[in-house]
Amino acid sequence: MKKILVCSVLMICLQTGFSQQNIQKKIQTQLIMAENGSIVDLEEGTFTFSSSLSMEDKKNIIIRGKGMDKTILSFKGQTEGAEGLRVSNGENITIENMTLQDSKGDLIKTMNVKGITFRNVKVEWTGEPSEKNGGYGLYPVQCQEVMIDNCVAIGASDAGIYVGQSKNIEVKNSKAYHNVAGIEIENSLYASVHDCESYENTGGILVFDLPDLVQKKGGFCKVFNNHIHDNNFPNFAPKGNIVASVPDGTGILLLAANNVEIFENKIINNKSIGTGIISYFMTEKPNNDKEYYPYPTAISIHDNDYQRQNTRPTGRGRMGLMFRFKLKFGKDVPHILYDGIIDPQTLDAQGNTLADKKICVKNNKNQSFVNIDAEHDFKGISRDVSKHDCTLEAIKLVRNEK
Amino acid sequence: MKSKYKNLTPDPSPTERGVIHPTAPPLSRRGGLGVRFLLFLSLLIFSFNSLHLSENQATAPKMNLSEYGFFKGNIAEQKPVDGVVPYALNTPLFSDYAEKLRFVKIPEGKTVTYNSTEVLDFPVGTTIIKTFYYPNDFRDVSKGRRLMETRLLVHEESGWKALEYVWNDEQTDAVLEVAGETKEVSYVYLDGKKRTQQYSMPNLNQCKGCHNRSEVMTPIGPSARQLNGDFAYEQGTENQLVHLQKIGLLKDMPNLKDCPKLAVWNKPETGTLEERSRAWLDINCAHCHNPKGPAMTSGLNLSIHESNPTALGFDKSPVAAGRGSGNRDYDIVRGNPDKSILIYRMESTDPGIMMPEVGRKATHKEGVALVREWIKSLK
Repeated sequence: MKKILVCSVLMICLQTGFSQQNIQKKIQTQLIMAENGSIVDLEEGTFTFSSSLSMEDKKNIIIRGKGMDKTILSFKGQTEGAEGLRVSNGENITIENMTLQDSKGDLIKTMNVKGITFRNVKVEWTGEPSEKNGGYGLYPVQCQEVMIDNCVAIGASDAGIYVGQSKNIEVKNSKAYHNVAGIEIENSLYASVHDCESYENTGGILVFDLPDLVQKKGGFCKVFNNHIHDNNFPNFAPKGNIVASVPDGTGILLLAANNVEIFENKIINNKSIGTGIISYFMTEKPNNDKEYYPYPTAISIHDNDYQRQNTRPTGRGRMGLMFRFKLKFGKDVPHILYDGIIDPQTLDAQGNTLADKKICVKNNKNQSFVNIDAEHDFKGISRDVSKHDCTLEAIKLVRNEK
Repeated sequence: MKSKYKNLTPDPSPTERGVIHPTAPPLSRRGGLGVRFLLFLSLLIFSFNSLHLSENQATAPKMNLSEYGFFKGNIAEQKPVDGVVPYALNTPLFSDYAEKLRFVKIPEGKTVTYNSTEVLDFPVGTTIIKTFYYPNDFRDVSKGRRLMETRLLVHEESGWKALEYVWNDEQTDAVLEVAGETKEVSYVYLDGKKRTQQYSMPNLNQCKGCHNRSEVMTPIGPSARQLNGDFAYEQGTENQLVHLQKIGLLKDMPNLKDCPKLAVWNKPETGTLEERSRAWLDINCAHCHNPKGPAMTSGLNLSIHESNPTALGFDKSPVAAGRGSGNRDYDIVRGNPDKSILIYRMESTDPGIMMPEVGRKATHKEGVALVREWIKSLK
């Protein structure tokens, strides 16, 4: 009886209480009042908001629109709050079938949610890509059981799809273009990124571990069956951000990442670096975090398909300087680039890398490789891949097995 | 393709009761009181349902501030009844130049337990009351004031709960508001210039944007260090901690000389430049920027207790600042406020850049000047 009363009161309230001009209040009220286990339905149409929407402390909620590009939440001209939609401290939250546009900061940020699903969601900054665009499109941080399925991210001045400091992640069937980074997995554990298309970004897919964060160490990440192509967009990230140093023309970049398996991807026409494996030292940023591990180890790159046009790498930025004055590849740019900076702790008595810490490169189509020996001012630069002709055990994810 | 994560998909059949239908035909805003009443009713039932309250555990939120009986006489005068104690903080949060009146009501027979580092331990049943207002003329308070909102933090068995009451234009009462409100406000500031600005009042979710420790709603202001200062009570001026102890509300308090004391940000006689800057950053930033706060993901901790230079921002690269970096490399560059992201974000009023993210539309020029001077002084 009480429940019926709740329902009817809510319905009366919502049906009579709000004017069209006050869509902000209406939807925000729905998000506050939504009972655990309920669906918040959003109508078809374009709705404009002047401040962020938020949801807190909920369980088993679906926020559902009528479809991508059908239900459009626009934050153009936003005057308050940085995000478009923010969800904090929840369990089993699904956001689906809608488009969010043009927030001042991130479009959808979810924090401390256990079980967050984004499905059929487009996040975009309309117009030309610009450093004035917000940082992240989809931004789950410190979440667990993250599912991003059939989403689209466009125009982010940092990363279109960004998963940070999270655990158990699957990103699939999604597209990212015209972002600085298409898809980025940062300080996260057990992620798989597969069946995605990341193109015309500055960098296609990034797996990074950074210092000074709460979740210190990521790893155990699989990147497979993706189409990563034409990521040659000039970097438009505001300086200071780590992605501002990603060179244009990057397919996949692993920064201080550990236990990563990259396989069966098509990595095509990324003019500077098809796949890069670098340590944190390459960022030339200070590191005072004693618990931070700056080296990439246990990386396996196999069975990918590499292609590139016969063209020069970028001349922009610090990496551009490195290409022009140190590496001097001309147009013959190797697909796989390794900075060659090795943790001495991972070497055995003979100076060989321990079997389980190796960087393995094997069986890729059109495979070409370079160790740039950055540690010794590029003096020992070598295209010899024989030291890396090895196989690592396949990465096992906790939940997801291919 | 079917999800391989079995427990990722939420309950596929949310019960009918919970489905909210927003297919509302538009109605003009003249819905007025009736609408408010319905909203209130639904809120009542909502709290009843989702917070699992039993009758003797907590009372439902009241529709009007006046119903609580915190004030005597004309409620707009904000004269507390006996048992409602006014207080002030040494260095308060900047809220778009609004002034604040603070009160706390401790339930009969209960006491507050002293805590040397965190907010005092208030017993269940406590209500913390904060009213925001603008003097019509900051130079002459006798010209009256406009009360904007009164926020309550109510300590129930299940934890702290926030409630927001927005003052009506007639200034006769404040009414419960769930989804927030924005009003235009005009006043003459200390420089004699008239200012007009939009003033935002939070929706209930936004309360937790700041009042959040490990996702638990928590008060921010009334810590020993913030209360360790004089207050002009009706009976005379007295140190607030001493006063609370004297009237029997505060227990386990050490000698006053052993209690921490936060500098007053704009009174140089109360602390060094560094102490006053750290006090300002503590109250304005550290409610989020602490290891248990919503900004923990950034690794930047501006709490008064932090001593690790990188965590405090020195030569620290931003993590997810986006365009908030302002093309600067580090949060704080010693000696160079114009290269410090911290200053860039304090100065900005762009919602995608500025800090704090909520609760501010204007730049706190005097606060920025203080922190600038401090950063400049560092070597």
